Formats: sequence, structure tokens, C-alpha cells
Amino acid sequence: MSAVTSRRGATRRPALLRISNALTGLAFVAPALVGLLALYIVPLISTFVTSFTKTGPFGGSTFVGADNYLSLFLDAEFWTALRNSLIFTAIVLLGVPIAIVLAALINSVKRFRTTYRVLFFLPVVTLPVAVGMVWRYIYNGDFGVINQALAAFGIDGPSWVADPDVAIYAVAIVGIWSSLGTNIIILGAGIQAISQDLFEASSLDGAGSIRQFFAITLPLLSPSVFLVSVLSVISSLQMFDLIYVMIGRGSPAEQGSQTVVYLFFQKAFVEYDRGYGAAIAIVLLVIIMAVTALQFRLQRKWVFYG
Amino acid sequence: MRRWLAITTVSVAAAALLTACSAGGSDNNAESGEKVTLTYGVWSQEDTMQQVVDAFEKENPNIDVQLQVNPFTDYWTKLQVSAQGGTAPDAFWMLGDRFQLYAANNQLLPLDDAISDAGVDLGVYPKALVDLFTYDGAHYGLPKDFDTIGLWYNKSLFDAAGVAYPTADWTWADVQAAAPKLTDPANGTFGIAAPLNRQEGYYNTIAQAGGHVIEDGMSGYSDPKTQAGLQYWVDFQKNGSSPNLQQLADTEAVAQFENGKVAMYYGGSFYAQRFYDNPDLRSKIDVTVLPAGETRATVINGIQNVGFANSKHPEELKKFLLFLGGKEAAEIQAATGAVIPAYENTQQAWVDSMPEFNLQAFLDEVPDGVLYPVSANTAVWNEYEDDLLTPAWDGSVSVEQAADDLATKMDEALAKE
Repeated sequence: MSAVTSRRGATRRPALLRISNALTGLAFVAPALVGLLALYIVPLISTFVTSFTKTGPFGGSTFVGADNYLSLFLDAEFWTALRNSLIFTAIVLLGVPIAIVLAALINSVKRFRTTYRVLFFLPVVTLPVAVGMVWRYIYNGDFGVINQALAAFGIDGPSWVADPDVAIYAVAIVGIWSSLGTNIIILGAGIQAISQDLFEASSLDGAGSIRQFFAITLPLLSPSVFLVSVLSVISSLQMFDLIYVMIGRGSPAEQGSQTVVYLFFQKAFVEYDRGYGAAIAIVLLVIIMAVTALQFRLQRKWVFYG
Repeated sequence: MRRWLAITTVSVAAAALLTACSAGGSDNNAESGEKVTLTYGVWSQEDTMQQVVDAFEKENPNIDVQLQVNPFTDYWTKLQVSAQGGTAPDAFWMLGDRFQLYAANNQLLPLDDAISDAGVDLGVYPKALVDLFTYDGAHYGLPKDFDTIGLWYNKSLFDAAGVAYPTADWTWADVQAAAPKLTDPANGTFGIAAPLNRQEGYYNTIAQAGGHVIEDGMSGYSDPKTQAGLQYWVDFQKNGSSPNLQQLADTEAVAQFENGKVAMYYGGSFYAQRFYDNPDLRSKIDVTVLPAGETRATVINGIQNVGFANSKHPEELKKFLLFLGGKEAAEIQAATGAVIPAYENTQQAWVDSMPEFNLQAFLDEVPDGVLYPVSANTAVWNEYEDDLLTPAWDGSVSVEQAADDLATKMDEALAKE
């Protein structure tokens, strides 16, 4: 498209004016461009370069070719971490339907609507570390609220965040809980954008609220659902803080529950192997881009832009 | 992703600073008589350290020292980035497990000349502590304080079980006999805490069994004696006289001891103040030396004051570091009761500050102190220890198998240093 406009522009406007227009445009985007370059593009390139080096803890690096990538693909720890990141992402995605239902419910109540929104949004504005600490207490195997409640029914609950078999799921549930707020706000705005006429017309035709939800709300909400899904996948694949706070170093569940970014932190900042860390970061970037591209391709099949 | 991009940016900026600073080089103001400012990086004990700094400034009106306090969680990341950028504090606290990383990469100021010029006798410090901070035969600082490990015990739980209190004559066999008797599943109390802990746990028993973690750049984990030191803890896990690893991950061992859930706890001298400040706990507990295995041993660790190799004022810095390691600084710190100063015969004030506890035990152990095991990149094999010993602790793999695997992986990592 740009080729077409520029060819058309060339026939209409003199070259000098075109250049001056381009410069003016550039001047306007310059502040944003500088920020983008300094904070994203340059570090990205430097990370890419670092991933082909072995870097000392205080600087000084040697080029090692694709060594970091080769050892990464042979590293069982990396595959475990990748599996955990994918499990975590899949579970957090289950939070999207929950958010849709909650958003629809909140939208349908007449009183305390804002109160509900605030309540669901609170986890979003709470420090993730604080969230993790509180949930650690809730999940405590001996004294936690959950296991005390289970004990009332005679069930002996596990050490939720220390048992390697359940820890990743326990953390993922907190992931769902803390992502609900943002999702409900985005989806709630989507629901409010749907024309009331459609609901009135359908109720004249005899549709109940459940039928309305599936026939009107859900299809017209699909662009918001798509947006929320893409954002959830990206942030879940970058999961680090909850694992770090809730499971932490030295826990028996650490090894089996670490995510890709956790592994990155371990290699780059605990073991000082920055080249290897950079390779992990680049691989994760490629994975996130691929998954996001896949989502954009699939959305043609289910997203309805009314 | 934004996080690591930001982190990379910081590194890039730091690298740029490095080139800018190294051009300046060092200049020596010692002769010119103008006022020189040194910075001193620490992570706690702010008030005490300020008193030490004040005492130094009084003696050296030409030198102004600024204390920089960073919490422990940020301290090491900041120190590493600022060292890389050439802006690290002139003097700063160092720990044994990080020391070799800095020494091997020429980040620390060698002190041997200053030590011999000033006639400092290194014999006034515990030997294991001096050795811990020696790299390739060179000294980079003087010990500030130290900690040893003792056997803390809960007298109420011993009384309830009718077991006699531990004494200085206790051996492994006594602990092994007492632990099951002190365990009461109905009450949810355990005889001992057997966490997967290096400094307060298996490093001590490995040395007591006659084994070693690292020697001449090689792992000691395939040595049957080392494995015996691990087996000691695994046995408590196996016979149920300790909370399991999951319970200890949920509620750390020291908290279980404070809550009265475990009767015996191998814990550091650094917990004395915390236990003492808990009025409920104070009257219920006491401490003695670690029980002997094949031999007596305790891990000895501590803080060392070191100087930054790229400091602009190396002469003033050396003067300050020698002062920090001297008797006057030790006495100021002892008087506050916060730490055990490393300088000989200055520790009594610490012992006297908590008369209800037998803190003398921590000092009696000093001659049995063993070097805290470190290498140039300790963090790498520390991670292997956590990963590979966990299955031994929970019983899914034998200690021998786990330790042999650990030895192989650790040797690979050491070969790469």
C-alpha cells in the first residue's frame, strides 16, 4: 500500500515538498523514536550479539558462535522450563472464559457495579511480590487457610507450593486470579460497546439472557476476547515474579517448576553466564513471536468484527 | 521481556561508563593534603558502622567516609554492575562465597603490602576466616566479624519428652538417639530440623565425617566420608524425626524452631539476637557446640572488608581497610552486641550481651572452624547441590547415587572456571 501512495504522491507533489514533509513527520515522531531505539531496539540488538558470546561477570567477552544455542537445545533444564511456561500459559488462558462470564455478570448487575470492578481490579494494582507472599501463607501445607478448610472435611491437603507435582498449578491459579482484573476491565468495556438495540430486539423475539449471551454478547465481544488472549499469552510466557516469590530458590519444587524467564534469571544473574542468558532471551522472543503470529492467523476463523 | 531489555540497557550503559572511567585512571592525593572522600558499601548494621566510620574520621581528618547502605537483596546485583562500570564503593563488605569471583576477576585491591608495612598480625583472626579470603596466596582484606554454627535446642520439648539436654560432649549417636524420642506426630512436633542447608547443615556434618566439599579445584562429593555427612541428615528424614523438605520449604527451619515445632536446630550464631528478642522463646531455648562426628567441626563464615581495585584513592583506602580490621573497630562493634568481631579477645562483650544463652559455645568452636567451601563461581555448583541432593533428601534416590552424580556435574563446572 505504501508503494502505491508514494507513487501517487510523486506524480502530484514536487520532490522538495515531499522531503520537507517527511522531515516534519520525522521531527514529530523523533521523541518516541529515540525512546524506542534506546530502550528496545538497541538492547535487543545487543542481547542478540551477546547471545553469540561468552561474557565474563565483569565484562570482557569472546565470540563463541552458536555454542550457547547448541548447549541450550541440549539442556534438559531448558525443555522442562519451556514445558512449564507452556503449562502455565495454558492454565492462565483458562482464565479468559472466567473473565468473560464475570464481566458479563458485573455488567448485568444494577447496584455496586463499580464496587465489583474495583474488587476484581485490586490484585492488578497490588505489588506482585506482596501477592505472592500472601498466597504463600494461604498455600502453606501445615498452617495454610486452604488446608485447614480441607481438614474440616477430613482431607489432608498437599504442600501446595512445595510439592513438585502441584506447585506449577498452584502458582498458575494465582496467575489467573491476578490477571482477572485487567481482563474484566477490557471485556467489560467491550460489552458496554455492544448496542442495546440488539438486546432489546432479541428480547422482543423471546431470547432469554443465556441465549443473548451466546448469540449476541459472545460474538460481538470476540475482538476483545482476542486482544485479552494475546496479552495473556505474552505475559504468561514471561512469567517470573510469582514463581520467584512463591516457590523460590532451594525449594524441592524449584527444579520442576521453573519457567523460561526464571531459568534466564538463574543463568544470567546468579551464575553470571550472560551469553547463555541472552540466548534464552532470544529463543523466548522467537517463541512469543511465533505463538502471537499463530494467534493472529487463527483469529480469522473466530473473531467477528461486527 | 521488557524486564530483560531494561536490564540489558543498564549493562550497556554500565559498559559505556567503564570506558569513560578507565580513561581517568587513578591519582594519589595522599601527599597533597586535600580532603579525600571514600565510599563504604554495607548491607546492614548502619548505626554501628557509622560509629566505626566516625572513629576513623577523627583519627584521619583528611579523609571523609560516606556510608552507602543497600539491602542485602539488592546489594550484590548493584555491586556487580557498579564494579563493571568502575563506580563501585571504595570499600565494601564481601562474603566468602562471592569473594573468589571478585578476586579472580581483578576487582579487589591487594592488601599484602599494606598489611606487612603496618605490621598487622593475621594471627589475631580465626585462621579459616583468613584463608577464606585468600586468593592465589594474596590477601584482599581483613576479617570484620564471623559466625559459627551451634546446636540450638528447645528445653520445653526436651523436658516434655524426658530427654536430658544436649551437652558439649554430645556426638552424632546422641542426636540420633534423642531425635526419635523427641518426635511426637500427634502434637506435630519433631526431634530435629533436617533441611537441605549448606552453611548450617550438611557442610558441617561433611567436615565432621572427615569428608570435604571441594579441594584443589575438585569436588569431594564422591568421597564416601563426604557422603556419610549427607547420610546423617537423610536418616532423620527417613525415620520421620524431621519435617520433610516440603514442610521445610513452606515454613523454614528456623521458623519451625521458633514456633516450638522442632526440638533441635543446627543454627548460626547470627540467630542469637533474633531468638533473644523473642521473649517467649528466650526462656525456653539454649545452645551448645555442634555434636562431634569422626571429628569436631563447624563452618566458619563471615564478612570481610575489601577495597575496590579501581579506587581513585588507593592509599587512603588501604588506611581505612586496616582501621576496619583493627582492634578499635572490633571493640566498637562488640559493644553493640550485633556481631562477633573477628579480632581476638574482643568477643566477650557479645557473649555477655545475652547472659541467658550459652553463647560461649560459638567461640569455643572457633579452633574447629573449617573453611566455607567456595570457588570462582560458587553459584553454579550451589545450584547443582540443591537440584541433585533434593531427591536424596526425599528418599527417591540413594545418597551415594545423588552425591556421585553431583561430583561429576560439579567437576564439569569447576573445569569451566
